[in-house]
Amino acid sequence: MTVNISAAAAVILQRELLLGFRRPDQLLQPLVFFLIVTTLFPLALSAQLSLLRDMAPGVLWVSALLASLLSIDVLFKGDADDGTLEQLVLSGVPLGVIVIVKTLAHWLVSGAALVVVSPLVAMALGIPFGAFGTMMLSLALGTLTLSWLGAIGAALTVGLRRGSMLLSLIVLPLASPLLIFGASATDRAITGSGSAGALYLLAALCVLTSTLAPLAIAAALRITLE
Amino acid sequence: MSAPKELAADQVHLWRGDRHVLKGVSLGIAPGQMLQVSGANGSGKTTLLRVLCGLMRPEQGMVTWRGRSIREDPMAYQADMAYASHEPALKADLTVLENLRFAVGLKRHIEVAELRSILIRLGVAECEELPARALSAGQRRRVTMARVVAMRASLWLLDEPFANLDARGSEVLLQLLDQHLSGGGLAIVVAHHEIGLARAASHLELAA
Amino acid sequence: MWTWFYRLASPPYVYGFVGPAIPWLLAAAACLIGYGLVAGLVFAPPDYQQGDAFRIIYVHAPSAWLSLCAYTTMAVAGAIGLVWRIKIGFAVAAAAAPIGASFTLVALVTGALWGRPMWGTYWAWDPRLTSELILLFLYFGVMSLRRALDDAARGDRAAALLAIVGVVNVPIIHFSVQWWNSLHQGATVMKFGKSQMPGSMLLPLLAMLCGFMIFFVAVLCQRLRAELLMRERLAVWVREAIRT
Repeated sequence: MTVNISAAAAVILQRELLLGFRRPDQLLQPLVFFLIVTTLFPLALSAQLSLLRDMAPGVLWVSALLASLLSIDVLFKGDADDGTLEQLVLSGVPLGVIVIVKTLAHWLVSGAALVVVSPLVAMALGIPFGAFGTMMLSLALGTLTLSWLGAIGAALTVGLRRGSMLLSLIVLPLASPLLIFGASATDRAITGSGSAGALYLLAALCVLTSTLAPLAIAAALRITLE
Repeated sequence: MSAPKELAADQVHLWRGDRHVLKGVSLGIAPGQMLQVSGANGSGKTTLLRVLCGLMRPEQGMVTWRGRSIREDPMAYQADMAYASHEPALKADLTVLENLRFAVGLKRHIEVAELRSILIRLGVAECEELPARALSAGQRRRVTMARVVAMRASLWLLDEPFANLDARGSEVLLQLLDQHLSGGGLAIVVAHHEIGLARAASHLELAA
Repeated sequence: MWTWFYRLASPPYVYGFVGPAIPWLLAAAACLIGYGLVAGLVFAPPDYQQGDAFRIIYVHAPSAWLSLCAYTTMAVAGAIGLVWRIKIGFAVAAAAAPIGASFTLVALVTGALWGRPMWGTYWAWDPRLTSELILLFLYFGVMSLRRALDDAARGDRAAALLAIVGVVNVPIIHFSVQWWNSLHQGATVMKFGKSQMPGSMLLPLLAMLCGFMIFFVAVLCQRLRAELLMRERLAVWVREAIRT
């Protein structure tokens, strides 16, 4: 008896999305967090749009990074607490497939949602409309990459009761290249000085993590589940 | 005992920190046989089951399924095996039916009608549309058993399946076990009291 | 070959093997570092641009180099532990982490001290120092993770995996920080012109580098011995080793 992998992947995807929509507050909280943090910067710095525009890419990216990190904490924790993670691991479906589907499903309901609301924030920070496309593309690539990196951290800290601080400690340094390329792409789109280079680098990072991270996530889960 | 042992463990040792939890456990069961594992609290019953299902890796010794180490082809082994841990492994936000559909759907395609008939058998058909959070501990245990049955695996690894079950529930579980074994299935069951099974079962007592 | 390999993986063998080597390693390190310090701080000519301030390079550059070396050692040892299930690999990784973090800290402090006469401020977001700072954070992550997991064996494996992920990331971080810097500040001030450095400057630097490396190995051996005693505290050989 062997398992039909594509059917199993579809089942996991369906399960993750359904669970996401049964708990809409868990989806909304990171988004609201994103909006709140980006509101804090004008309060702390200045309400002058000309000044904010210079800060906007950094503000946007740091907030997006923190919001995504907050939401990735529960990626494996919920399943580990109620024992369903063990059932997934023992289901006969390769663990790599499971973590790929779970992480992608998580990105769909968190990262993609963040990309969708980002124009709101961008407008408030004085980013011109012309830069929205590049900004959203860079955020999409960035949040996906961050989901992979965050999933490694989430898998490593899954057994810990208070692991979210450690998760940030582990993942944030790894995410620094992401922040550099992403903020720079957005910045260059605003100033109109050609953001293709930064976007390519961001895409390269995304491809690299999408290939390597599932291996690391699966290995981390095997370690922490033992 | 002429039938070949399908599941066998040979001198399995496992340490947890400084504690020597499994001290050279060996066992073997053939199709149609059941092994009951008992022992004091902390004697490593759950650990043994986790080693047998492949979640934990013993430091010495190995577990074989149909003559091959379970490490060799874990996917094929897992497809043949159903494990029920202490936790019911149900998502509180999903209904009973959804929970089962997703858990069993990983292993094989299953129709809702078939799931319903299994739920009726276990006496929890009336809760099929309830979210798992609304179930009592005994009902959760029954749903867990429904999952094990629906997986149609040859090997059952059950960690205290009788916990929280009432007399009626225990009776159903015994029937299911008997049916599974007479169909050529294998079962390893962790239980404290004697399991009143009609057929003979071997027994493994773990020392604390 | 394989018997040698497995003997190398046995804790009592390693414990006994590295012990006698430590004094020799320390002596060699002391000679090299002593020569490097005297030759570098006293005899080498002052830099035509930086004057005497450049002399901190004799501590800064080897520390920065060792901070990367130690991280790689930690990741490779962890990988050996993960792949071949060799416990000594985890012990080496656990022993290397604090040493590497210390070297990183030394590199950061000396870099900041160097920055004072160079840029007029201790911290100017120089790309090398920024990468070094992120490296320090990576060390912190690995060390905290090892300690956070309640089961020591799991902590070892999780930390090893994180170290491997980090090793893949270190070059990317380094490149991205360079790229970021070229974007915001133009060319970097701190340049080690390998070709222009005269022998009287370069030789002490190489001596310091070798001395630091040998010192690292010596401290690693010492910490490894302590680590092994702690990890194998229930084993018979440890009781015998302590009694004698």
